Amino acid sequence: MPVRRSVSPLHAARAAVGCLLCAVLALPALLFDSPLVLGAVCASALAIATAAGEPRPLLRALLFALPFALVIALLNPLVTRNGLTVIARLGEAPVLGQVDVTLEAFVYGCVLGLRALALILCCALYASVVDPDEVLRLFRRVSFRSALTATLATRMVPVLQRDGRRMADAQRCRPGAAPSRVALVRAVAAGALDRAVDVAAALEVRGYGTARRPPRVRAPWSRHDLAFAAVALLLFAGTLAAWLADVAAFDAYPLVHGDWDAAAWVLAGGIVLLPLLPFLDRRGVEPRRAASQLAWGRR
Amino acid sequence: MTQVLAIEHLTYAYPDAAPPALDDVTLHVEEGELVVLAGRSGSGKSTLLRLASGLVPHVHGGTVSGTAIVAGMDVRDHGPGELAAVTGSLFQDPETQVVMGTVRNELAFPLENRGESPAAIARGVEEAALALGIAHLLERPTHALSGGELQRVALAAALVGRPQLVLLDEPTSQLDPVAGDELIGLLRRLNEEWGTTILLAEHRLERCLAAADRVVAMADGRIACDADPSGFLAWAHEAAPALETPGARLLASVGLGPAPVGVKQARAVLRSHGALPSAEGPALLRAGPVASGRAHTRLSAGAFASSAPPARSASVALRLRGVWVEPRGEPAILRGVDLSLQAGQRVALMGRNGAGKSTLLRHAAGLASPSRGKIERGGRVALLLQNPNDYLVHERVSEEASADALAAVGLTGFADRHPRDLSGGERQRLALAIVLGGEDVEPPALLCLDEPTRGMDRAHKADLAVLLGRLSATGTALLVATHDPEFAALVADRVVLLADGAPIADGSAAEVLSGGWYFATETARILRGAGGALDPDAGAALVRAWLGTGSAAPLASHPTPTEVRRR
Repeated sequence: MPVRRSVSPLHAARAAVGCLLCAVLALPALLFDSPLVLGAVCASALAIATAAGEPRPLLRALLFALPFALVIALLNPLVTRNGLTVIARLGEAPVLGQVDVTLEAFVYGCVLGLRALALILCCALYASVVDPDEVLRLFRRVSFRSALTATLATRMVPVLQRDGRRMADAQRCRPGAAPSRVALVRAVAAGALDRAVDVAAALEVRGYGTARRPPRVRAPWSRHDLAFAAVALLLFAGTLAAWLADVAAFDAYPLVHGDWDAAAWVLAGGIVLLPLLPFLDRRGVEPRRAASQLAWGRR
Repeated sequence: MTQVLAIEHLTYAYPDAAPPALDDVTLHVEEGELVVLAGRSGSGKSTLLRLASGLVPHVHGGTVSGTAIVAGMDVRDHGPGELAAVTGSLFQDPETQVVMGTVRNELAFPLENRGESPAAIARGVEEAALALGIAHLLERPTHALSGGELQRVALAAALVGRPQLVLLDEPTSQLDPVAGDELIGLLRRLNEEWGTTILLAEHRLERCLAAADRVVAMADGRIACDADPSGFLAWAHEAAPALETPGARLLASVGLGPAPVGVKQARAVLRSHGALPSAEGPALLRAGPVASGRAHTRLSAGAFASSAPPARSASVALRLRGVWVEPRGEPAILRGVDLSLQAGQRVALMGRNGAGKSTLLRHAAGLASPSRGKIERGGRVALLLQNPNDYLVHERVSEEASADALAAVGLTGFADRHPRDLSGGERQRLALAIVLGGEDVEPPALLCLDEPTRGMDRAHKADLAVLLGRLSATGTALLVATHDPEFAALVADRVVLLADGAPIADGSAAEVLSGGWYFATETARILRGAGGALDPDAGAALVRAWLGTGSAAPLASHPTPTEVRRR
């Protein structure tokens, strides 16, 4: 997902702050089992992306992640024996033995699926609003090559997407029967390797092989840096405090039990609304119409 | 003078390759020279450039003997990273050379790798951007750049560190004639003003010989000729006609000399022999009897039977009526295009990068649907996309296409080879066999080709033209998107010029390709479009006619399309 710069306050914030916000947003998804909190994280990621003018990448990620989450939700009750409320007896299965599906296992499967969904959305948000070049700069003083590898991996995604689209078009141009999926996968893999070799050669001739440790650069903090950093810290503190105070507790086993009190709703509301506050200040940000101009692609 | 590149008796072979890619090469390049590397595909040009950048042998592996010194550094001891301090490299495909997200970051990357201070990086980026005229692109994301813009950005990234030696491997192969000429002019300016030494491999020699100090021709990994441009052309006339420029062939055909390195010199030679009147401005000569010459060229190539195509001759292969392509949130790509192709017709689609040529082909082939308008097809439409590798998914050539399809493109003997082991031209033919299909598939009413000659040498282009001519003779219409006016003149009887998503010129090849500055063959530019002569043979016939009368042709208006067709 290519990043468009300075089309929203979040795009205008430094990469460190963008990374921090995405990481802090993912934290409740890791700490809490409550569907309310997990749902709030999903809603928050989608709301932030919409406010940043990037809802499409997240919706695409959602489409990709939903079947994945569904598989987790359906698989868990088949492989776990926890829970007291049996809702279906499926009999003996070759590897699994006696399979009794419990309500609790199914609910916990849904929680796991929701957690996966929340984490995928946080990653998609990071990929669409944080500039990988700046991330590279952020980490290059610590570990240049690792940072560059990570950055290039992010950059290779759209390149490989374009390659995949081209190859799909080429296969549509074939008369007669389409090639087998195995052949296609093999060709795509070979193409990706070719790409990787080309990029490696380009890196070498740009001096990557002898890259030196760059000098430290101190850039002044902008209003957007400060606003999102403050929100991230507040969210982090609130999440940690709520977790320590056992707010929004949720247990699937042995019986489903969850706290749906006011504190849980406040936590969920904070997760959704707090990150949206900095978007109210659009000073120093390009008008939104610039986004379409910037995205004017090749014909 | 200081030697920037000194290669002595160097032999190099890629891993697991029997014949060496470079065979006993000795080459010295002085500081400030602009050297053009010429040669057919596979002659060793790219390997030589990769050697000078250190990719050979450090990235590609293989065995080396002899020495190669780049700015005092032995290539065997210094890898591409170290050589990047003194060299800047630009290869064919700019998309694979851009590694950062924005243009500014892309230009800063080589300087950051050197550990330059932020102030030095900022200055270097600004200066390189100004020198290459891309300052307005600095904040643009690299994925949103056109092919021409991307090529300029990649060149700027190669130059940003002020390298002593710039290595360019067919940098114009993906550019339209305007952008290609601009790039060559830019290189000449950098060479003259910055004193940058340039080593440039290029197939379209007519585009760059006038800017070169020296030409090094390679054949089978060896240096076959090392001379100034005129000396090279004289050598090519005798030893390698495939490398001769159209202008040189034109003059050689009528027995005039010396061989011209560019349009200006060719005109001067013609004028000195009274075969071209001196004129101010874009005056055009009266047409002479060119029909015989042009027809002879085509028939001799065996590609284009002059008789009408059989069977479907009267039917329409493709008709576009008011076709608009308007992507959401983006400017329209095609704007109300009306276009009709008859069976057996050969149409070249030309225009600048981003004019909408590829989009038109995709819509013609049914890969996408227009926002508005109608597309009617007279049968199956086969589309050969730009990159033949996209079609190759099997382990053996025989699995990719049927035996009769392979025979049709001359690949019968390659059935057991791996498709990716084929040369570029062979892959192109294999991809063509795939889209054409075998005897069990309905023959296409229309074959669309998107930039089929990208990176091809002149001989391969001629082979492709012959193949397309055979297809056309069976009644299949051709629609070829190309940036190469010489190939368009060879293959097409009609040329459609697109600009900003709409046709701005549509006429016979002679009419369209002889009437412009950029979208014109070298012969047409030399003769200023006289008689609609596009290739050297037709031009020579015209010049011979003028010389036969003993006087220069008088100035006259440009021939009308009717006149051109009659001729």
